[in-house]
Amino acid sequence: MSQQLTQIQPLSQPVQMPEGIATFSPEVESEIDRHLAKYPVMRSAILPLMFIVQRERGYLDPPGVAYLAQRLKLRITDIWEVATFYSMINIKPVGQYHIQVCKTLSCKLLGSDKITQVCTEKLGIKAGEMTADGRFSLSEVECLGSCGTAPMFQVNFDYHENLTAEKVGQILDSLK
Amino acid sequence: MFIGAIGCEPLQLRRVHLENSRSLDVYRRNGGYQAIKKVLDSMSPDDVITEVKKSALRGRGGAGFPTGMKWSFVPKDSPKEKYVVCNADESEPGTFKDRYLMERDPHMLIEGMLIAAYALNAKTNYIYTRGEYKYLIDIMDVALDEARAAGLLGEKILGTDFSCEVYTHTGAGAYICGEETALLSSLEGMRGHPRMKPPFPAVSGLYASPTVVNNVETLTAVPDIIKLGGEAYQKLGTEKSGGTKLWSVSGHVNQPGVYELPMGYDDMEKFIMEDCGGITNGKQLKAVIPGGSSVYIMRADQILGKDVRMDYEGLVAGGSMVGSGGFIVMDETVDVFESTKNLTEFYKHESCGWCTPCREGTDWLVKVFKRIESGGGRPDDAQLMLDLCDNIEGKSFCPLGDAAAWPIQSAIKRFPEDFMKHLAR
Repeated sequence: MSQQLTQIQPLSQPVQMPEGIATFSPEVESEIDRHLAKYPVMRSAILPLMFIVQRERGYLDPPGVAYLAQRLKLRITDIWEVATFYSMINIKPVGQYHIQVCKTLSCKLLGSDKITQVCTEKLGIKAGEMTADGRFSLSEVECLGSCGTAPMFQVNFDYHENLTAEKVGQILDSLK
Repeated sequence: MFIGAIGCEPLQLRRVHLENSRSLDVYRRNGGYQAIKKVLDSMSPDDVITEVKKSALRGRGGAGFPTGMKWSFVPKDSPKEKYVVCNADESEPGTFKDRYLMERDPHMLIEGMLIAAYALNAKTNYIYTRGEYKYLIDIMDVALDEARAAGLLGEKILGTDFSCEVYTHTGAGAYICGEETALLSSLEGMRGHPRMKPPFPAVSGLYASPTVVNNVETLTAVPDIIKLGGEAYQKLGTEKSGGTKLWSVSGHVNQPGVYELPMGYDDMEKFIMEDCGGITNGKQLKAVIPGGSSVYIMRADQILGKDVRMDYEGLVAGGSMVGSGGFIVMDETVDVFESTKNLTEFYKHESCGWCTPCREGTDWLVKVFKRIESGGGRPDDAQLMLDLCDNIEGKSFCPLGDAAAWPIQSAIKRFPEDFMKHLAR
């Protein structure tokens, strides 16, 4: 890849250029191969692969981006272009437990503000922040399709529904 | 939470309460994979499309386009690969029906996709699921493996010459990817920007090949259409919209849930006040958004005593739309200014940024809402918001712009007192 191409940066994101390329275990490599085999066009696997890189490295870091570019035969900028569009792709470190409180209307009607407040009190961080030890991140997110069991939050990929202040306390305590 | 049928025999929700309902074994013992067998044994692809046309099945994702018609737009003589893509990106606020269909009865979706793939001669098919529903992708992958092992997927299905594959695919948290052309962009590994129509996906969709994109609930209706016959399925509903429909109900009701009702269920008041158990804490009904957040909000007096029939025509006559069938019920304590602000923030967050009216318009609307909320309301702000909406509605690249404008327009028109209260301060 030419020097010029690797120096292009997306307009709105301060991007650290990769210093190296991520490597993965043979098991992860074969998981990636299985995803690539589903599509006639390699680029289609970009989102599934980003989730794998995130899982393995904590977030989509610059060496992970460099890996994806090489693996998918794309430019570094192609990877950033996609990564910055999707809210579930983390281009900054997130806590080991990412608490995502749904704040859209049905949850709001049934007290999602209170849920966020309890999380803030328990964890000592506001929405959009991460604890100093890197264990917890707290976010308010848009509708997670759990309206009939509102209010709710997602901890990483796990749904916790019909929440009350007590239940939130118990869940957070069990993670500490 | 309630999951079940009212006013009809459960069709789509027939198996949801069975033990191990997601296993191949239970699915097969309860009528599963008989429709695909019937199709492969005795029907041509055209026969299948004809039955689906007769069924008067309309797309359950939100637009309500006749499914059989959509399928018939795929050019048969095209030398290109064809694709069936299931839209499981369910992200419309207030909607959570597809989630339970996939969680409880994944094989019904696989069978529906197989029949669609047969009708359209598609060899490779995808289920595009929103990234947050990762647990559903895992459930679908298990079900797909089971089907593959049983010879229901892959090469020479059930010993016939029909071969096809179905794969899961993950989204990553973008509401816009529920719009079919944005979904295809995303599935190709791009940012989820919508594309110009025409060409419609039926002609040039995934990888510029003929593609049908159908919602989960639409595809899961197909096995029953084949088993019952198109006509019998249509008769379960109305002449223009056949069959049954799933409604997601949330907000201030005593019994939220996923309800399967015959199309044309009579009427909306009975549904909310009796079937869903009425309003929580004995409060009065104030407003209902009946079709997911993107449709017109309805006042209680447009529902109570008004005999609003629950189908596409009935809800339009009643002053709103079916949309995705997501009821958000609000009691008398709700400030519609606040609830509309909440939804506008949603659309601002989810606007993909591709076109100016939607990107800038939703941003400005949120700014106006916030200024009013912080005490800086001006008497002409309602008109200002309507002007902003007017510059989005019909002028954005895809329907997300309309979806952002309609809740505000209807809220200002139908609940002026809630807005004026804030402006007069």
